[in-house]
Amino acid sequence: MKFKTLAQAALLATAGLATLATSPAFAQAKEQFFPVLVYRTGAYAPNGVLWANGYVDYLKLTNARGGVNGVKISFEECETGYATDRGVECYERLKGKGATVFQPLSTGITFALTEKAPADKIPLITAGYGRSESADGGVFKWNFPLLGTYWVAADVLLQHIAQKNGGMDKLKGKKIALVYHDSPYGKEPIPLLQERAKLHGFELSTLPVTHPGVEQKATWLQIRQSRPDYVLLWGWGVMNSAALKEAVATGYPRDKMFGVWWAGAEPDVKDVGDGAKGYSAVTMQHGAEPNSKVAKDILSLVHGKGQGTGPKEEVGQVLYMRGVISAMLAVEGVRSAQERFGKGKVVTGEQMRWGLENLNLDQKKLDGLGFAGVMRPVSTSCVDHMGSSWARIHTWDGQKWNFTSDWLQADQSLIKPMVKAAADKYAADKKLERRTPADCQS
Amino acid sequence: MFYRENGQFKTSYRADQQIFPITQDRVALVALLAFAFLVVPMLASEYFFRAILIPFLILSLAAIGLNILVGYCGQISLGTGAFMAIGAYGAYNFFVRIEGMPLIVALVMGGVCATVVGVLFGIPSLRIKGLYLAVATLAAQFFTDWAFLRIKWFTNDSSSGSVSVSGLNVLGLPIETPVQRYLFCLTVVCICALLAKNLVRGHIGRAWMAMRDMDVAAAVIGIRPIHAKLSAFAVSSFFVGLAGGLWGFVHLGSWEPAAFSIDRSFQLLFMVIIGGLGSIMGSFFGAAFIVLLPLFINQVPAMLGVPISTALAAHLEAMIFGALIVFFLIVEPHGLARLWSTAKEKLRLWPFPH
Repeated sequence: MKFKTLAQAALLATAGLATLATSPAFAQAKEQFFPVLVYRTGAYAPNGVLWANGYVDYLKLTNARGGVNGVKISFEECETGYATDRGVECYERLKGKGATVFQPLSTGITFALTEKAPADKIPLITAGYGRSESADGGVFKWNFPLLGTYWVAADVLLQHIAQKNGGMDKLKGKKIALVYHDSPYGKEPIPLLQERAKLHGFELSTLPVTHPGVEQKATWLQIRQSRPDYVLLWGWGVMNSAALKEAVATGYPRDKMFGVWWAGAEPDVKDVGDGAKGYSAVTMQHGAEPNSKVAKDILSLVHGKGQGTGPKEEVGQVLYMRGVISAMLAVEGVRSAQERFGKGKVVTGEQMRWGLENLNLDQKKLDGLGFAGVMRPVSTSCVDHMGSSWARIHTWDGQKWNFTSDWLQADQSLIKPMVKAAADKYAADKKLERRTPADCQS
Repeated sequence: MFYRENGQFKTSYRADQQIFPITQDRVALVALLAFAFLVVPMLASEYFFRAILIPFLILSLAAIGLNILVGYCGQISLGTGAFMAIGAYGAYNFFVRIEGMPLIVALVMGGVCATVVGVLFGIPSLRIKGLYLAVATLAAQFFTDWAFLRIKWFTNDSSSGSVSVSGLNVLGLPIETPVQRYLFCLTVVCICALLAKNLVRGHIGRAWMAMRDMDVAAAVIGIRPIHAKLSAFAVSSFFVGLAGGLWGFVHLGSWEPAAFSIDRSFQLLFMVIIGGLGSIMGSFFGAAFIVLLPLFINQVPAMLGVPISTALAAHLEAMIFGALIVFFLIVEPHGLARLWSTAKEKLRLWPFPH
């Protein structure tokens, strides 16, 4: 009996390995293959699902609109569970299928893939996350933190706080606490905040919260003791709603709390309901946009045909829109590459990189794609892989997110030298040369 | 029929004490090694190397390390992830701080760091046993998580707490392509497995097993408990630390403490339990089961052409995997290695069982 089971198991295993070995199916000739790294399970799933649905729906919408100059898009999802080693596995699996661009959706996975991308010649888009110094295209040839980085976010938040107080000089003597997810993601803003603290003389305290962030009692005890004037929240997933609940319990005013854009979506505040009223978060650059043209297009062309990926009600929510915008940036990268290397052709990873480096989404193009009012123009270059450093603040009114600030731009005179210094340090550590002007033509 | 020992006589102690006394085993092992070193590099795809073979090899090495401690010496440890982290960060610090540091020396020094800390956290084992010890080693896990997240010196003042290495080479040979990485890992794992096997066959291994089976009796027959237990912790942590260094340097290339979280400790403990406690071979089986099976299950629906959503696939993976663990432990509580030796026994008698 035992031997029989063993033999069956062995047979199954060999059959499985044989199929695994022969499985790399290559993308069809006329299809641009998009790998989709998502997390629909695990601790961060409530937020990850929305992003994934938006991303996939936009790819479907692009196909419904006729593809990119006739090139249809094929895609495949891979579940990372927000774990770095699973993300690397997904990357290797989908790379073999002809992937030309990756969006890791996790700072940890971004760090791991940054090491691999140059060898594989596949660009990485980290729209609104990833490592801040990768905005420097002179060193990070394959990374594209389009729309902004955590340094941009931190800077905009401080500007907003300063405006409320009547100017940057009013920050002097204030106490600002950063409650952050204890991972590379949460630590990203610290260098910029420290720089600003030195410049303007406010007191910065950093309070880490360990993964997944449910347990924050000790952190909020510290806040209760030190009574900071403002709390910046750098959380993700369940950590955000837990922080808001703790704030309610501690009696810390929510209108003094400001989140990063991963802490400013519906799943973060819904459970807290009225308790989250007055809580604000920065948005890069979109917020909840159920009335935008692209959301309506998705409803009619994708959901209307019964091909929608999630519930209809989610279309236009904050994280859903982030997925949509991320997908749009990748698709527009392909379009931009096609303009140089031949319309109607499937582009390679290297061509895609050129396309992303010469991305020029002006207002007209954005309007045409249905993003009017959702975002500002983005234009990248060889040196500037970020393309835009504008952001807005939105505030939860108990029912929905509303914009409560004008467009704010991060102070490039402060960020640029920091980016350059950090990128130079990276290049020195890795013994990399900066790209030559010949390599950097745009 | 294929596996009969008729006519294989051992006429010397040397012949009787070989690792593989049966000719068929030796032939099979040589064939397997030749296949792994010569054929696999030509056949396998990049995905196979980077996502399957390399993690499998490295985690096998870590499982061997843990098996020495748990399987051979009977000291339950939940701090394996911590010792991997110490190996990785130790090797990283030697690698970046000393100019011209050879990769292998850095990795070995990482292993040595893990050994030192392993012995430190092994000291409680002299007083406490079983589950109590497991909880004490858990302290190692929490301590290293804290240390590598908070003490900036360890991460070379990296602002994000994530470190990375590049430009790996051994004696001038680059370790860059998947094949090179695979061969490097394979060589290290083969050497370590041979070392481990010989250790557990010798008097040191006998002392460990005596401690495991009954420590009072072992002490009575003249085995020094301090020596036996701490040497088990030392050797185990060295292998685990080496595996941690390989995981960071060769597999990930860039890592953060989360890569060596408590989940990794549990994963490794499952490997040695499912693979077979007290068996070097079992460590490989366990690693294969835990690393490969979820990936395999994950890809089955796509292979069969059944379109299911990513979330459902991930949930199914967890469910089937869990059910299989339970099934295997009911069918063979002594692990896959025991299943393997049972099969071997049956094959010896085949086709005339009695």
